[in-house]
Amino acid sequence: MNKVLVIAEHDGSNLNGSTARAISCAKDIQAESIDIVVLAADGSSVAEQAAALAGVNKVLLVQNPANEHPVAAFLAPQIESLATDYTHVLAPSTTFGKDLMPRIAAHLGVPQISDIMRVESATIFDRPVYAGNAIITVEAPAGIIVGTVRTASYPVAENGGSASIENREVSVELPSHTRFVSVSTGGGEERPDLQAAATVVSGGRGVGSEENFKVIYGLADKLGAAVGASRAAVDVGFIPNDHQVGQTGKIIAPDLYMAFGISGAIQHLAGIKDAGTIVAVNKDADAPIFEVADFGLVGDLFQVIEDLEKALA
Amino acid sequence: MKIIVGVKRVVDYNVRIQVKPDGSGVVTDGVKMSLNPFDEIAIEEALRIKESGKAEEVIAVTIGAKACQEQLRTALAMGADRAIHVETDEGIQPLTAARIFKALCDKEAPKLVIFGKQAIDDDNSQTAQMLAALSHWPQATFASEVVIDADTASVTREVDAGLETLSVDLPAVVSADLRLNEPRYVKLPDIMKAKRKPIDTVSISDLGVEVAAGIKVLKTTAPAKRQAGIMVETVEQLVVALKEKGLIK
Ligand SMILES: Cc1cc2nc3c(=O)[nH]c(=O)nc-3n(C[C@H](O)[C@H](O)[C@H](O)COP(=O)(O)OP(=O)(O)OC[C@H]3O[C@@H](n4cnc5c(N)ncnc54)[C@H](O)[C@@H]3O)c2cc1C
Repeated sequence: MNKVLVIAEHDGSNLNGSTARAISCAKDIQAESIDIVVLAADGSSVAEQAAALAGVNKVLLVQNPANEHPVAAFLAPQIESLATDYTHVLAPSTTFGKDLMPRIAAHLGVPQISDIMRVESATIFDRPVYAGNAIITVEAPAGIIVGTVRTASYPVAENGGSASIENREVSVELPSHTRFVSVSTGGGEERPDLQAAATVVSGGRGVGSEENFKVIYGLADKLGAAVGASRAAVDVGFIPNDHQVGQTGKIIAPDLYMAFGISGAIQHLAGIKDAGTIVAVNKDADAPIFEVADFGLVGDLFQVIEDLEKALA
Repeated sequence: MKIIVGVKRVVDYNVRIQVKPDGSGVVTDGVKMSLNPFDEIAIEEALRIKESGKAEEVIAVTIGAKACQEQLRTALAMGADRAIHVETDEGIQPLTAARIFKALCDKEAPKLVIFGKQAIDDDNSQTAQMLAALSHWPQATFASEVVIDADTASVTREVDAGLETLSVDLPAVVSADLRLNEPRYVKLPDIMKAKRKPIDTVSISDLGVEVAAGIKVLKTTAPAKRQAGIMVETVEQLVVALKEKGLIK
């Protein structure tokens, strides 16, 4: 019988929405039970949020001052000691899960299945390769299955559950070779989260400057949207790195994605394949972004945004 | 100190990937192959650390078929001192790759191992973390800044929330993100010079490494294509279309 353990991603007070997406993937495994483990310094509120997700049987709460920040070298040995009770150990394929899960898999001596986008059976999964330009169907060998879940492929699991919360003592020695120093966010926390927003307004190199990005933010605010960007826009410093969308940035699935001054390189498109509707505005009629756009408009992005703001006023 | 850099030969990032009609993989015959772009950044970082006087030797390592020596030559032309080619015709998965690097680390005793954060073919993003696990070393993945200070490194990481900084004891494993640096261009004289630099060829069994039970690829398919869209002429048309779909109010 299959038993799935999902690692909760959180910031100490809030459960990250990617965890609820990983639960939706876990449900497709047709497991006998799905448990969530919350590793935190003080995790009671996160554990309660996890317990409210429908379909979760049990929340394991592992509290340790070392778990204040998500450092893979500390979390991995604790999770390994719990993992042997399970057939599957999953985490979202965010920078959190990507950093952590291979460390666990290697210690358990099993391969990892990255970016699960579809569950065919308890041992067979689909995952993207080549920036999503090919999909492979893979079968895991015998042993615990460790995987990360491509969150854009799964809906957020509903609330309405009432799982029990169990405090767990994990007595493993934690290494002293790694020290958390700091984390700084790019700001803009008052705006919707890029990975959860229904609408995303995104700017590329065509926006031209950090100053000009104000028009992107302005339109986003009018639409209640999150703000995204191409790698080129991040590289030249128009906008902080946490806004990058693409193969090596965030993979997102908003209902509406609006791209302004983005050419549509395959690495960028890899991040928006699951968007409901894509709108592209570019002054170059031959820009590849138009090949994937549901609605394309050839024109100057600044003029288009001005006209859009008027039309929406 | 010594720095080991892991590099991989991959389909060039500009190539439009074609899935073979029989589902057995993607077309690689006659396709341009290159050094994985993230690995180029990893090499560059190792070279900069060496040039700042904090390392003596940079060793480029690859695992793969004979043709991978091309990418080792690129690494040597960039400035790596020597290279190790772990030759195999089998597709090597991350856990086995990590075991191979572990065996090489046991032999070479580097203070730092740098990988690209992912290879753009399999997009796995695993080998660096797995090597760190097997070696019981610290890991600092997705690095956008590395500062070496005697026996420790301060590494800034690109995470979903923004930028995180870790301090790690050496030896450590780092994986390079895009904004860590801009790799140098290789000049012709460097390519000539690189031809004289040594490449050691070893086999997996020479290193005493056991190939791990891996994932079996059952089939490869093309992704679902998006429906072709329409071009609108005016902002008004766009607004009407989006309102019709209930996407804007
Ligand atoms: C290993 C690797 C990983 C990568 N990962 C990513 C990734 O995760 N995400 C990502 O985005 N990229 C990624 N890239 C980079 C990618 O290849 C492209 O270089 C990048 O996406 C280009 O960004 P852009 O479209 O903003 O810039 P450009 O390609 O320069 O396009 C700018 C566009 O703006 C248009 N424009 C200019 N002015 C205006 C105006 N006034 N009005 C309207 N349109 C205008 C131009 O016509 C042009 O089409 C990666 C590359 C590599 C090698």
